[in-house]
Amino acid sequence: MRTFEYAVQAWDSIAANKGRAALTMLGVIIGVCAVILLIAIGEGARKYIWKELGELGTNILIVVPGKTAKEGGMHMGTSTVRKLVFDDARILERRSRYVEHAVPVVIGTAYVKYYGKNRDTYVVGVTEPYFDIRNLGIDVGRKFTAEEIDAKRRVCVLGRTVKNSLFGDKNPLGTLLSLGDAKYRVIGVMAKKGVTLGFDIDDVVLIPTTAARDLFDTDSLFNITLKVASESDMENAKRDIIAIIKRRHAGKEDFTIMSQDEMLAVMGKILRVLTSVLAGIAAISLLVGGIGIMNVMLISVKERTREIGIRKAVGAKNSDILMQFLTESVVLSAVGGLGGIGLSMALAWLITLVWENIPITITWWSVAAAFLFSAFVGIFFGVYPAKKAAGADPIVALRYE
Amino acid sequence: MVVLKGVKKSYGTGDGALEVLKGIDLDVKAGQYIAIMGPSGSGKSTLLHIIGCLDRPTSGTYHLGGLDVSQAAMDELAEIRNGKIGFVFQQFNLIARMPAWKNVELPLIYTAMPPPERKALATSMLRRVGLSHRYAHRPNELSGGEQQRVAIARALVNSPRLILADEPTGNLDSRSGADVISLFDELNAEGITIILITHDTGVAEKAHSIVTIRDGVFLRS
Ligand SMILES: Nc1ncnc2c1ncn2[C@@H]1O[C@H](COP(=O)(O)OP(=O)(O)OP(=O)(O)O)[C@@H](O)[C@H]1O
Ligand SMILES: [Mg+2]
Repeated sequence: MRTFEYAVQAWDSIAANKGRAALTMLGVIIGVCAVILLIAIGEGARKYIWKELGELGTNILIVVPGKTAKEGGMHMGTSTVRKLVFDDARILERRSRYVEHAVPVVIGTAYVKYYGKNRDTYVVGVTEPYFDIRNLGIDVGRKFTAEEIDAKRRVCVLGRTVKNSLFGDKNPLGTLLSLGDAKYRVIGVMAKKGVTLGFDIDDVVLIPTTAARDLFDTDSLFNITLKVASESDMENAKRDIIAIIKRRHAGKEDFTIMSQDEMLAVMGKILRVLTSVLAGIAAISLLVGGIGIMNVMLISVKERTREIGIRKAVGAKNSDILMQFLTESVVLSAVGGLGGIGLSMALAWLITLVWENIPITITWWSVAAAFLFSAFVGIFFGVYPAKKAAGADPIVALRYE
Repeated sequence: MVVLKGVKKSYGTGDGALEVLKGIDLDVKAGQYIAIMGPSGSGKSTLLHIIGCLDRPTSGTYHLGGLDVSQAAMDELAEIRNGKIGFVFQQFNLIARMPAWKNVELPLIYTAMPPPERKALATSMLRRVGLSHRYAHRPNELSGGEQQRVAIARALVNSPRLILADEPTGNLDSRSGADVISLFDELNAEGITIILITHDTGVAEKAHSIVTIRDGVFLRS
């Protein structure tokens, strides 16, 4: 008997019991739908992070003090770590031809005051190229110049959140405000950047890095942010940076270079693991659906004992009966799988319609995997009932009431 | 055509074993029409199941058309049931959810015949038993006599040379029983060998010869 014939026979008997078949499929439908949707949400989150971080500049390397265990984020042996200083940044920019800019970044928090209003905020000391590297636009006024940086001028560019909370709708350009103990003149306001990954990028005050050094009374840098000329030079740039700073740090590699791509990769990996765990849990519901199929198939085999006897009496081989029932359970689970795919797509569409900022990306491989898995579940849980049917003695089966 | 020698069949093993057939010798020539009679529980159905390759003897030999069936594998038995034997049961044994023509077609789906030919053949078999107008009816929409004729059409569809019938008229009134028996007469006239079990002497008298079984052995042959 041909495969096509098994499918016809299977469909015949499923069609004879539509309600039961639909309920049986429901388990698989829900399982497949859950697997696909969870993967889609995980994948969507990954893409979302990728896009958000991409808006914060590309081809960026960040050197931080201390050797960080790769991907772990733990500082090891901090006692022997040398600080990164301003000269490190200057020399990197000068010595490596792959490094376009090296920005010494100083970060601290300070009390910002303007007449009655005040705010505790991040103060970030940077040099002028930082604006371009990080894609920070200027809304009103201007960014600070190289001369102002060299001269340690007390000027500042306000993030949108700080500007709004201190000045409201007023134009802040030219006014003096207090940053800690010092007075700073406002020369610009940053374009709105928004919240990225829960962090309000607009809640900052940018000042020349030289001024920040005085403000926080420190020589050590929070990090050195480097812009590499092109993506293909990233590895070369890293090698240069290691060589240069190592020489300055008595041959010790007591610093870490992170690239945005690496951070993305780490985050992507974490999300992947999380997604697979969730999808795995959802896959368990698919297994439960499979048990449902097995249950119904066992009932069906029992109910149709006589039919099995009749088929055997007119010439069906054991393998014919086995294939007929196996096909039936696979059809049940595969049709359920297709239903689950349809449902997941409908739900994904609905979710994006209602909550437009929940990122959902249905991937073809998750659809394929979920479908194949559902078919596999049909085979796996169909074998036992089908074997039971195939092994029935024809005489006993014919006498069954 | 059907040659049994010393066929025994027992159910169970050891002390609790029940010997139903206690040494059956039978030789049915091609084209013969045999009726088997005997009291209830004497082993008639058991014997017919063995002849029909639905069951195997515990001991003894059975040759069907020269082939030693007692040695055949399960799949070979299935092929013999499919192509060489047509079985008719007292309880009709039709599949309830299938229309008449699909029931008749059933043996053909286990052959290599393509679907259109199968359907044509099933249809012509239904015509042969006078039921072409009941083509799409399900078994529960047919009378007992009609159901048995569908079952006979199914038994004939693979053009077997041997028809086995276990009390084919047992569940029928005399009128539809007579229809069925005249159908067997026609088939036998065409050269098909028939072995039939019955409790009805009127039915048995249509056969060429009658054998009687009692407690697992033939009384006379
Ligand atoms: N699977 C089985 N296990 C045990 N005993 C069985 C089995 N099948 C049949 N028997 C026994 O074998 C004996 C013969 O049964 P069989 O069906 O051949 O009788 P029969 O002559 O056809 O009777 P009837 O005229 O009532 O149909 C009976 O006593 C029955 O109980
Ligand atoms: Mg009987």
